[in-house]
Amino acid sequence: MFLINCPYCGERDQQEFKAGGEAHIERPKQPTELSDDEWAEYLFMRKNIKGVQFERWNHAHGCRKWFNMVRDTSNDEIKAIYKMGEKPPSQ
Amino acid sequence: MTKNLRVKSSEYIDETNRISFKFNGKTYHGFKGDTLASALLANDVHLVGRSFKYHRPRGIMTSGSEEPNAIVQVNPGTNRTEPNVRATEVEIYEGLEASSQNCWPSVEFDIGGINNFLSPFFPAGFYYKTFMWPASFWEKYEFFIRHSAGLGKSPTSNDPDIYDHRNIHCDVLVVGAGISGILAAKNAAKNNLKTLLVDEKNELGGSTIYENNEFNKIDNKAPSEWLKKEIEELKNIKNLEIKTRTSVAAYHQYNYLLARENLTDHLEAKDKTNKIRQRLLKIRAKKVILATGALERPLIFNNNDRPGIMLSSAIKKYSEFYGVACGSKNVFFTNNDSAYESALSLYNKGINVEAIIDIREQSESKIVKKVKEAGIKVYWSHTIVDTAGYKRLNSVSIMKLSNDGTSVTGSKISISCDCLGVAGGWTPAVHLYTQSGNKLKFDEEKKVFLPNQNTSEQISVGSCGGDFKIDEIIKNLNQKLKDTLNINETDLDGIKVEIDQENSKRNIWLLPSDKPLGKTKPFVDYQNDATAKDIKLALREGFRSIEHVKRYTTTGMGTDQGKLGNMHALGIIADTAGVKMGKLGTTTFRPPYTPLTFGTIVGRNVGKFFDIFRRTPMNDWHVENKAEFENVGQWKRAWYYPINGETMHQAVQRESKAARESAGMLDASTLGKIDIQGSDASEFLNRVYTNAWSKLAVGKCRYGLMLNEDGMVYDDGVTTRLGENHYIMTTTTGGAANVLGKLEDYLQTEWPELDVYLTSVTDHYATASLCGPNSKKILKKIIPDLDLSDENFPHMSFKEAKIGHIQCRIMRISFTGEHSYEINVQASYGKDLWEKCMEAGQEFNITPYGTETMHLLRAEKGFIIVGQDTDGTMTPIDLQMDWIVSKKKYDFIGKRSLYRSDTMREDRKQLVGLLTDDPNIVLEEGAQIVSELNQSPVEMLGHVTSSYFSPNLKKSIALAVVRGGKDMMGKKLFVPMENKNINVTVANPVFYDEKNERLNA
Repeated sequence: MFLINCPYCGERDQQEFKAGGEAHIERPKQPTELSDDEWAEYLFMRKNIKGVQFERWNHAHGCRKWFNMVRDTSNDEIKAIYKMGEKPPSQ
Repeated sequence: MTKNLRVKSSEYIDETNRISFKFNGKTYHGFKGDTLASALLANDVHLVGRSFKYHRPRGIMTSGSEEPNAIVQVNPGTNRTEPNVRATEVEIYEGLEASSQNCWPSVEFDIGGINNFLSPFFPAGFYYKTFMWPASFWEKYEFFIRHSAGLGKSPTSNDPDIYDHRNIHCDVLVVGAGISGILAAKNAAKNNLKTLLVDEKNELGGSTIYENNEFNKIDNKAPSEWLKKEIEELKNIKNLEIKTRTSVAAYHQYNYLLARENLTDHLEAKDKTNKIRQRLLKIRAKKVILATGALERPLIFNNNDRPGIMLSSAIKKYSEFYGVACGSKNVFFTNNDSAYESALSLYNKGINVEAIIDIREQSESKIVKKVKEAGIKVYWSHTIVDTAGYKRLNSVSIMKLSNDGTSVTGSKISISCDCLGVAGGWTPAVHLYTQSGNKLKFDEEKKVFLPNQNTSEQISVGSCGGDFKIDEIIKNLNQKLKDTLNINETDLDGIKVEIDQENSKRNIWLLPSDKPLGKTKPFVDYQNDATAKDIKLALREGFRSIEHVKRYTTTGMGTDQGKLGNMHALGIIADTAGVKMGKLGTTTFRPPYTPLTFGTIVGRNVGKFFDIFRRTPMNDWHVENKAEFENVGQWKRAWYYPINGETMHQAVQRESKAARESAGMLDASTLGKIDIQGSDASEFLNRVYTNAWSKLAVGKCRYGLMLNEDGMVYDDGVTTRLGENHYIMTTTTGGAANVLGKLEDYLQTEWPELDVYLTSVTDHYATASLCGPNSKKILKKIIPDLDLSDENFPHMSFKEAKIGHIQCRIMRISFTGEHSYEINVQASYGKDLWEKCMEAGQEFNITPYGTETMHLLRAEKGFIIVGQDTDGTMTPIDLQMDWIVSKKKYDFIGKRSLYRSDTMREDRKQLVGLLTDDPNIVLEEGAQIVSELNQSPVEMLGHVTSSYFSPNLKKSIALAVVRGGKDMMGKKLFVPMENKNINVTVANPVFYDEKNERLNA
């Protein structure tokens, strides 16, 4: 059970949060101009890395804010947390 | 024959408090302070159970939670019964009953014992190999296998006990209250750190508290005396909370630990009532100090499992702590000095020690000399090659070990004995350490797996960290405490420790016998009857990974998770395969460390607290009027209102007719309501719904369909424009929370530039949906001054009004196809509104209807229910709702996916109506649809999603999804059921009032 440092509320137990999959996948601005393959890439393709991964998390049972997390999936170490729109820290 | 083996008074046993208990129906006596195991041993009962596979007689092996054999059923036949309880952990109380498991008719005579003689036919993987063929027989095999499998019996009625959860936050958690744990906790608390010390036993002090080696001294005192003084001092320390009978079950990431605190299991039945039985502690600690100690290892030799064969350390504990002699003729078998301490302990109490068999060539330590002086015969370089005695050990046979330890030589000597103490060295209890996600390293010299690292958040101290001697323990503990707690001095700085130096150890994982391995039974996992032979067989059959060998042989897969034998299994694999143990690694230690009851895991979340439920403001009225309820998500919704013993069908037929012929009313308060405000609210709705919203006038309502990005229908509902920048969205009852979450996600992450604010107001409003041709007249009676004319208040529009002094929002919208109004008031006025409508509608026979009638009425109109007629694979086009998908809008959620080649396939399943050729037959929802009857296998074209008997149309109607159904209008299909085939015809899904004339009636 992680201890997650919500950028708006501070340290809270993982059960207050919801994981939201891979981060930094931007919704295409002009979807109609994409081929089926390009759209499918956005829609379906997600990484599943053993190691450092960038993820979206939501403080669902708290402030309801979304934020980003850098997590090492091999040992669950949370390396960084930053707000939506902020640049990811360099590795 | 009952012998009293109580040998001396012990300060931990209250001999003035005599307790009677029953084991296998027979009454025995023990004293306050005894465990079931110590009390049975005092009565000379060793045979307590039968093993899992071969049903071999088994006795008590240990004195702690690692016990593999002595697992019993406590309070059999009652609703408090618990299987697989370790007799070594049960504290006895007046009236305790326990029985043996896995034996029939009794532990003394067990029919299953025949498996022992058939054991050559039960090698590792026996079940996998034997019951594979013929494959079709599996179901028959399964019945018998399941019947004979499993240990113990689960209770058959509700657990009468109360369980609880508690969150604890502390600076330092110390797990284990042996000498290391006590000293760690004391120093942490003294440095103003909020400290919690837990131990699974009921007494503090671990094994040091009965330490009797006269050559070990702390500050010139016996370690046990010194430690008692330390424990006494704990009482006066602030910041320190101590919990005994508390076993840490799991160690998760970020120092989150789960522990079970046992509060009443040691109490008599009369004292248990109305008390919390067990409490699950959810501990979040800044730092964790593991002081879980070490478990003594057995030795692996032929027939090493007979009742009377025990761990040497357990014999010592029974003698020193419980004052019980485990046998009258004792023999020890060892590879290190610890057996000598146990032997001396017995000798000093006048208990006969016949001999010590030591696989080492010699040892010169003081304690060994002392044993020799006592005249106890020591056989150096010898090993046990066999044991005898079916239900109780009666002798051991020993032979001289060859120099390399792989074979035996010379002649066999038989030694008569009734108890054998086995000492194979110590295994640090690293279970919790590895659960926390950290790795182990193998120490070649000590032959143990040790924690690879101590971090700033976690340290392992004492023997679980690899320090086995008191001088090392105190020295290393002192340094680790200073480093981890950031302190400069501790209580331990000036302590003087003297110890008896042990000289030698000799480690042989599998001891040889004079017989070939195939003819012997050297048990590695006692509970699951896995032998060294099975492990070698697995290796011969090609298994290499330790995890595979474990599963194939079931080594370490019992309820004890192989706490005793796992190291030997690893050692035997490493030796046989010729790999280093450090390379081989260990199997994964998984929580819980000792089994937890379900009660503890769920705590208070049982019965009505299992899940929250929500009731509408009108709920009391529904209850008073005898509604039947159905669960919709967490809501309790009125389902139908039976009158005079009506069945559901009768009630629904009556309610449906009334709603169409005069007036009906539905409690619609559960629909999700989201308040949307902001200057970009219209643009936001344009992006989340498939249809266009910019041109919706203030005061108008519109139905919207929401998709997922993959183009599939996600939710639907009516949204009303309350003001220029103000909307109220309704969602499905079950989808409300998810829709809000999804909309927030888009707003925060994809479109942060939009000025939009979302607020869930589902609970703020109560909604009564008034429908039917007389609904207008009823509303007129309630709000006389509101102009209800079609010109002023047309279908799909909204008015603010007042009923008396109550402000309300009225939408003229319809989910039934009738002229209808949804009246929203502040939730607290909900029941009042409902009653007013009922009163005003009385002259029109207003009929309250529930969700079932609502489903029927909307099905007559072909309106979908998201989640019933859709299942996450339906696009709006599949639903034949092309009209709601804007062609003009550049983008909305899911738009691009509607043009993927897959979503444009013509042969997708599409929503159609179905009419049965016999109008009285009502199809079953979920029934499959085919076009051929005389073909096998036949293609399933789709299935029925909604089906009712319509009282207004006087025939059965159904909605269904059918492959290519759009182009099948009028086509004959079949619904094959178990006993008959039903002929159906594809029809327009709008069965009633196709031209929507009734909306304005």
